[in-house]
Amino acid sequence: MTLGETMFDKIWRQHVVCELADGVHLLHVDRHVIQETTCAQSFAGLDKAGRRTRDPDLTFAVVDHIVSTAPGRTGETFEGGRELVHLMRKNCPAHDIELIDVDHPWQGIVHIIAPELGIALPGATLVCGDSHTATSGGVGAYAWGIGTSEVQHVLATQTIVQRRPKAMRVSFEGRLGPSVHPKDLILYLIGQVGIAAGRGYVVEYAGSAIRAMPIEGRQTICNMSIELGARAGFVAPDDTTYQYLNGRPFSPQGRLWDEALAAWRSLPSDPDATFDREVTIDCHKIRPQITWGTTPQDVIAVDERIPDPAAIADGDRRAAITRSLSYLGLEPGKPIEGTPIDVAFIGSCTNARLSDLAAAAAVARNRKVAPGVRALVVPGSAQVKRAAEAAGLDKIFLEAGFEWREAGCSMCVAINDDQVGPGQRCIATSNRNFEGRQGPQSRTHLASPASVAAAAVAGSIADVRKLAH
Amino acid sequence: MEKFARITGIAAAFPKANIDTDAIIPAQWLRSLGTDLGKGLFAGSRYDPAGKENPDFILNRAPYRDAKIIVAGPNFACGSSREGAVWALQRFGIRCVVAPGFSDIFFENAFKNGLLPVILPDRDVQELLDFLETTNDPSLTVDLERRVIETLQGRTISFTIPEARRTALLEGLDEIGQTLRQEAEIAAFQARDREARPWIHRRERGLVAKARG
Repeated sequence: MTLGETMFDKIWRQHVVCELADGVHLLHVDRHVIQETTCAQSFAGLDKAGRRTRDPDLTFAVVDHIVSTAPGRTGETFEGGRELVHLMRKNCPAHDIELIDVDHPWQGIVHIIAPELGIALPGATLVCGDSHTATSGGVGAYAWGIGTSEVQHVLATQTIVQRRPKAMRVSFEGRLGPSVHPKDLILYLIGQVGIAAGRGYVVEYAGSAIRAMPIEGRQTICNMSIELGARAGFVAPDDTTYQYLNGRPFSPQGRLWDEALAAWRSLPSDPDATFDREVTIDCHKIRPQITWGTTPQDVIAVDERIPDPAAIADGDRRAAITRSLSYLGLEPGKPIEGTPIDVAFIGSCTNARLSDLAAAAAVARNRKVAPGVRALVVPGSAQVKRAAEAAGLDKIFLEAGFEWREAGCSMCVAINDDQVGPGQRCIATSNRNFEGRQGPQSRTHLASPASVAAAAVAGSIADVRKLAH
Repeated sequence: MEKFARITGIAAAFPKANIDTDAIIPAQWLRSLGTDLGKGLFAGSRYDPAGKENPDFILNRAPYRDAKIIVAGPNFACGSSREGAVWALQRFGIRCVVAPGFSDIFFENAFKNGLLPVILPDRDVQELLDFLETTNDPSLTVDLERRVIETLQGRTISFTIPEARRTALLEGLDEIGQTLRQEAEIAAFQARDREARPWIHRRERGLVAKARG
């Protein structure tokens, strides 16, 4: 037995097919998940070269990014999305890949359905042409986002060429304060270490707060690994993980489940394993977070003031802050609480699971969306939607004046027709606040589902702790 | 993949840190395979809301309309994995981006398409940015054979690049073709792995159709 291995060491070792050059390895891909906006050119490339999909049984397909989320949508979705959806209906059967189409009861955001269906498994390698693939790290998968050329390579060979990243461990320790959610933890971390800190690393999230956290919250944390700069982030599996995965459609069953479980129990990092970088976060210190700028590291607690560039010594940083505040139409030094909003968006692979909708509904219950605010709830999957409806959450949202929509990526990536208008201010549970991310000239503030619901009813950025029931 | 050996061309300065791939190619330009992504490059800052060119934007000015090289600030092309960011740069005519650092996914995507990403220390990038700000002829030569960037005034800056990546670019290697030659290794791995981790490989077909009912 090898001592002192990290979980990442073990996963890497189990997946090396061969070494191609010094430090360059061919890794086996256990689960390849494809979505409509990043694989059309991959299939075209395969067809042109006369190549096939090598392992359709290890390939899973869904449409999520460009589909309409309008209530009552049909298979024809929205006009601008039709081309890529139709290509999925042509390419998947031609390559013997089963497609989860718009009207399928399992349809949803790729990173939400991968764990939900048991496609993502502990210690498995999982890739997808999408940067938020690390979401599946919440169940202990080594999952990372790839480009369209890499998608083509994985389809053709079921392997990927990789240079080994370094390993970072982030330990979240202690209890969470009132109205503080997993989203607040990951935003706080990004604010502390910056959006490039994880570049070249794979991150293992650990610590007492992670151990106490349900799987859905762990997915939220892993989801934003890319906003830290890391392609992959995961949590070691434990009994919470096994309980979550047991009985899901693609999870192993019967004797295979027992064999898998025995192997998964040996995955966690050895006690004497060492990491290239260690970060510890004291969760006591974390209050509900909100971004004020145009990168996810531009984040403060909701009761803090908007930064004043005049107080910043570094010239480049001062210029960046000035530009961000001007883009967002914010005044330096003012409290961020009370900033009026136009749109409130609850959705995305970061925060559209059942627990996210429940946290938002707990705030929205018996309240009304403020006049002039458009508030949307976009469940992360059709299964989440049905579960929320069974729990009566849809009624709470509809009575409060939120839209209750169909599953998809929606206003996070804004490649469909769910867009924030020019100059409009949106508070969102998604993961990116870049200039123009939610539509040309859109302004975005990132926060937790509870904080977004609080802002929706207040009509402005609000401290959810004051509204907690 | 497009080969890369040596190019000389106009270099445009994008000194801002953390330029994200949504800025390089906004999502709305990626809805159709027929779109000219070169037109969508930096669309959010290149055009006004009515679609008219913003005269202040560097790529709308001579000589930068013909830029082949971008010299950028730290953490270039962070965010979304969209390979359209690489394609948009290439369609516009960009062959090389020089920066103190790139996002991991963009870095990989660039090599796959023959766009050369050069990592230089902060001070070298700053020197190039200062040069571009003051010169009348913002031309640079990027020589991958010799691993150097040169100004017409004779300044030479060396860069490093992993040998496997350099060879792949110089020869325009088809990576999938290369990997397919490892088929025996892949098959042997899967045969071993089927014994070690059978739950990864045994999957019932038709579950998706069955769930639809």
